[in-house]
Amino acid sequence: MFQVRIHGRGGQGVVTAAEMLSIAAFLEQRYAQAFPSFGSERTGAPVVAYCRIDDKEIRLREPVIKPDALIVQDPTLLHQVDLFAGLAADGFVLINTNRSFADLGLSEFLDAFRPERLRTVPATELALKYVGRPVPNAALLGGFAAISGLISLSAVVAAIKQKFSGKVAEGNIAAATEAYEAAHA
Amino acid sequence: MLKQIEGSEAVAEAVALCRPEVICAYPISPQTHIVEGLGKRVASGELPRCEFINVESEFAAMSVSIGASAAGARSYTATASQGLLFMAEAVYNASGLGLPIVMTVANRAIGAPINIWNDHSDSLSMRDSGWIQLFAETNQEALDLHILAFRLAEELSLPAMVCMDGFILTHAYERVDLPTQAQVDAYLPPYEPRQVLDPAQPISIGAMVGPEAFMEVRYLAHAKQMQALELIPKLAEQFKSVFGRDSGGLVHAYRCEDADTIVVAMGSVLGTIKDVIDEMRVHGAKIGALGICSFRPSPLGAIREATRSAKRVVVLEKSLAVGLGGILATDVRMALSGLHVQGYTVIAGLGGRPILKSSLHELFRKAGEDALEPLSFLDLNSEVVNRVLEKERQSRRSGPIAENILREIGVVGASIA
Repeated sequence: MFQVRIHGRGGQGVVTAAEMLSIAAFLEQRYAQAFPSFGSERTGAPVVAYCRIDDKEIRLREPVIKPDALIVQDPTLLHQVDLFAGLAADGFVLINTNRSFADLGLSEFLDAFRPERLRTVPATELALKYVGRPVPNAALLGGFAAISGLISLSAVVAAIKQKFSGKVAEGNIAAATEAYEAAHA
Repeated sequence: MLKQIEGSEAVAEAVALCRPEVICAYPISPQTHIVEGLGKRVASGELPRCEFINVESEFAAMSVSIGASAAGARSYTATASQGLLFMAEAVYNASGLGLPIVMTVANRAIGAPINIWNDHSDSLSMRDSGWIQLFAETNQEALDLHILAFRLAEELSLPAMVCMDGFILTHAYERVDLPTQAQVDAYLPPYEPRQVLDPAQPISIGAMVGPEAFMEVRYLAHAKQMQALELIPKLAEQFKSVFGRDSGGLVHAYRCEDADTIVVAMGSVLGTIKDVIDEMRVHGAKIGALGICSFRPSPLGAIREATRSAKRVVVLEKSLAVGLGGILATDVRMALSGLHVQGYTVIAGLGGRPILKSSLHELFRKAGEDALEPLSFLDLNSEVVNRVLEKERQSRRSGPIAENILREIGVVGASIA
């Protein structure tokens, strides 16, 4: 079983990101379970959502305590929430920022991790460019597909199409695709 | 058709396939997504010949459901927590009048302290209301139980609640198999009421009943629940023949055949429990689980049958009978009366406290050694409780309870995991 924990703030589409990830996995014939951290929804408040992916039915209902991958939609949370709690040494880390890990003050901490599994993605910039709103979730899923290899970009695109339509879907697909290509490089 | 959707959306789809004629509900988390989904279907015409009635409260929602059902309409509503308490008087009336309304309860704690998260306090507070209560383990079962509930309720002319864990199921995206309209139509015939308010053939429903007949009317309510006990397994069998999967029934036994320890629980926590059981079985522990699907009627015979050769039964429940212990546990003890089976009650997951695999491992290990107290509270922060109790001993004006606990823990709001 592969477990993903997504951190962000209310209004950034954190819950939708977990849901789209589960749809993408489902479309690739996997079992997937996505659920939010069950808080009262407030714009700007820290939000956590989870996604589990497996080849068999997922029965477990506890929150993701030991994630295999961490997606951080808002780097300002680095100083507010224990983001890295339970992350395995071979885990994946994807942070939405246009700064480097060193600029974020994380280089020493992340030394213990596998460098090819760590990536920053300027997802808010991509979202502003293609969607016109600071919603980094779809771009981050593109980046996640690239670094994890767990799901394909085409599954992410199909999942976006299930959640959105028209111009919003097109914009999110463009953001996810550019993030995928950048993270893949 | 297989779909990856939210639990609430799956339930909305299932209810729509049941061709309801009146839907009336008042929004409250975590139930809201279900009736939003149904409201959209009525507004778009996707759900034809159905009226969605907006009301000002849960009390009105149940009252309108009663009126609609008495007029011969297939009626549906949904609620949770304080909403269910607010409609309580009408909840009793619906069953007392024998009206087959189906209601989803997206299980949530009851305040004070105010809490929007999951436990089973709400529907269990209506334990003796005369409603059937079926608990879903997964979103697939939640979807299926609604179809089954309409059939069961209408056959007996009794209302039925489908209980699903708030947030944990209602807000979870997982794979569900949606039936076709033809399948649902084959299983659920059009509603044929036993009593109907029809101007062409006027009758009255809801007579005042004095001491000369009240006992008899109440006895019939009990007798009907006993009929439900017979009918539920049959309907589950028929469900399997139409839809090709196991859903519903009275209880679900998991690896109980040779088990010394059997864990009894309701709802979505059974999934986590099963994972722990599988892991413990690898190391030779003889442990199994018994999931209760039908909380009311209480399947005393089925519980007794499934647990009679166990050495001990651990009832793990998301509810608390304050001043007694367990609610489900009390039923299970009754089922086991006269048998030499050690019984333990574990209160867990109140107000959304996560029930962790690691905690269950420790709990079941202790149970296997008979090292549990008869009543225990999973992951209770005893230190904080004791500090607050000490403060109360020392000072008359010790202050508000919830605020004292939060101050001791050092958080102002609730934690996220």
